[in-house]
Amino acid sequence: MNVLEINSLNKSYGNHPALTDIDLQVPKGSIFGLLGPNGAGKTTLIRIVNQIIEGDSGYILFKNETLRPDHIKHIGYLPEERGLYKKMKVGEQLLYFAQIKGLSASDAKIKVNYWLKRLQISEWKDKRIEDLSKGMAQKVQFIATVIHGPELLILDEPFSGFDPVNADIIKNEILALRNSGTTVILSTHRMESVDLLCDNIAMINKSYKVIDGPVQEIKRNARPNTFAVKLIKNENALPPEWDDVIDHQEYVSFSITLDDAPPNMMLRHLMHFGEILGFEEVIPSIEEIFIQKIKESDHE
Amino acid sequence: MNKILLVIKREYLARVKKKSFLLATLITPLIFPTIMGIFLWIAISDSNGGDALRIIEVVDENNSFFMESADNYAFSYSDINIDEAKELVRKESRYGFLHIPKIDLEKPVGISYYSIENPSRTFLGSLEATLKRKIEELRLYDSGIDPAIIADLKTNVSIQSVTLDTFGQETISNATVNYAIGFIAGILIYTFIFVYGNQIMQGVIEEKSSRIIEILISSLKPFQLMMGKIIGIGAVGLTQFLIWIILISAVSSLIMGYFGMQMPQQQALELANPDANRLFDGPGEIEQILQVIQDINLIQLALTFIFYFIGGYLLYGAFFAAIGAAVDTPSDAQQFMFPVTIPLIIAYLGLFIFVLDDPNSNISFWLSVIPFTSPIAMMGRISYGVPFFDLALSIILLIAGFLFTTWLAGKIYRIGILVHGTKVGYRTLWRWFKAS
Repeated sequence: MNVLEINSLNKSYGNHPALTDIDLQVPKGSIFGLLGPNGAGKTTLIRIVNQIIEGDSGYILFKNETLRPDHIKHIGYLPEERGLYKKMKVGEQLLYFAQIKGLSASDAKIKVNYWLKRLQISEWKDKRIEDLSKGMAQKVQFIATVIHGPELLILDEPFSGFDPVNADIIKNEILALRNSGTTVILSTHRMESVDLLCDNIAMINKSYKVIDGPVQEIKRNARPNTFAVKLIKNENALPPEWDDVIDHQEYVSFSITLDDAPPNMMLRHLMHFGEILGFEEVIPSIEEIFIQKIKESDHE
Repeated sequence: MNKILLVIKREYLARVKKKSFLLATLITPLIFPTIMGIFLWIAISDSNGGDALRIIEVVDENNSFFMESADNYAFSYSDINIDEAKELVRKESRYGFLHIPKIDLEKPVGISYYSIENPSRTFLGSLEATLKRKIEELRLYDSGIDPAIIADLKTNVSIQSVTLDTFGQETISNATVNYAIGFIAGILIYTFIFVYGNQIMQGVIEEKSSRIIEILISSLKPFQLMMGKIIGIGAVGLTQFLIWIILISAVSSLIMGYFGMQMPQQQALELANPDANRLFDGPGEIEQILQVIQDINLIQLALTFIFYFIGGYLLYGAFFAAIGAAVDTPSDAQQFMFPVTIPLIIAYLGLFIFVLDDPNSNISFWLSVIPFTSPIAMMGRISYGVPFFDLALSIILLIAGFLFTTWLAGKIYRIGILVHGTKVGYRTLWRWFKAS
């Protein structure tokens, strides 16, 4: 089942298109990466899903229902630009955010204590935000996002501003939430986190969706049909079209692109030149696919 | 609705719990009575002189000026000459001496007063008044008239003004009381709108510049947030006013009570208000003022005051919220303050120049029904009695005006709060307005 379905969504600011005919499906219980360079339209898309602004046309389904204001209590949102009331105490602030998301005062209190304890900042409950370090405030902000137990979590650049230790804590929290059934949309331009975390991704560039689907599938489809070869050479000379040969003394390495030939044929052919140490298909990283796709769509 | 309440609660508690609120709330009302107390204290220690009765030697060459002593000075007639009297003053056994040479009662010239200290204007004035009364008395005797008869013939006239309304009700009015009520109420509303309107603006700018707004707006409608803030801050203001009223009246009555026991009431009244003599011309006038205060429909006055107080605040509060949403920092807000400040100042000046002067003139009517000026201007008219039609029209227009400004401000607000780093002018505001 899809938690979120976006259908032919359009939005423009004046003459400037921010989103053009976007279709997306976010499966339940997955981590969905929303990728794109700055200004691609990610934040606009997120704001529309959060009902901060409205799309010009198209429609959005949340659990197969047209998106309504009362769905907000099932959605948690961590904006890219973080902000908390500086003069308010941590506990009071979280209580407030939980309540405007629809939690009762008593439920909110229980949740606040649970999360403060879980992220090990209970002793900061009565401190004002202005007295906290930046990383500490980020944790509070993360709690504010998840405190009402949302079914859909939308995180805009969740790791920016965190030191590696805290980023790791947050990453584990995200995974734990996913494992307990929460669907997560993660908007970022940091690809390494996508490779590690995301089950599905969509790339947006200049208001258009460039590609979407399960990460493994995208990677598979994006493979250039190229294999990395390691070979202990014999006396036969390598053909000149293999032009990226690197000599490692004990063996050589190079890559070959198969056009229509099956890999086994190529393997047989390779045996003429020595003993094969390695024959592995080159799978591009998400980052490489991303850059490639952006370039392609920029040329169109 | 429930969410508006949450916002109101947060805005209210966040401010009321601040130390600065507590400080301002407790100190401000103490300032006024303290200043008053200091004045009273100085005045009293001055009039008591801190020492005994002042004795003034009288050297009267006519042998006819036997004058009665007053509260703070006494006359002594020791039958000495000028030089001896001067000596007494120099030795400070007399505060001063009054020399009355042989005079023509019709043209009393040449009377002199000698002292070491330069006498105060009030003191000389009271000496002159005493002499004047004595001379008039002497001249009456010369003309063969008993001064008692004249005193008996003296008459005080004051016109009692009674307003009639269509319901057959008659109300005694008094310009002084009505003026004071209009004046105080108008200023209170004016100040309230500015002080708390500014707090709304600051609050919106805080949420916008610290980017809390994005989380809030994903949970609340912008309109709920804006109204919650306006109402919450208004409630802070009302709380503060309530505490002030209680504190000021408590502290003032304490101070007045303390000093009141030490000085005759009339004198206290004069000290508190130097014009009191002019205003309260004889006992008839005071009775009339009490009558007027009794006749003013206090409940109606209080209700209309609260209505215009809150109505005016809400009307302008929405504007302050919209301005806050349009800018990134308080200093950017200056350019938009103009259209908010101008009608308020017009209302304020209008109150003094037109409304309090003639509450029933055409211009007073318009100032008191147009929603942008009515909260201040109507308070100038209210205690004089306002025709039902005028009041109803003004109230309906103020409610309509509040709905209009909130609607207008809401449109600017919901776009403005999400826009950062853009230089915003009136044209941009217009575009936002059309876009939403």
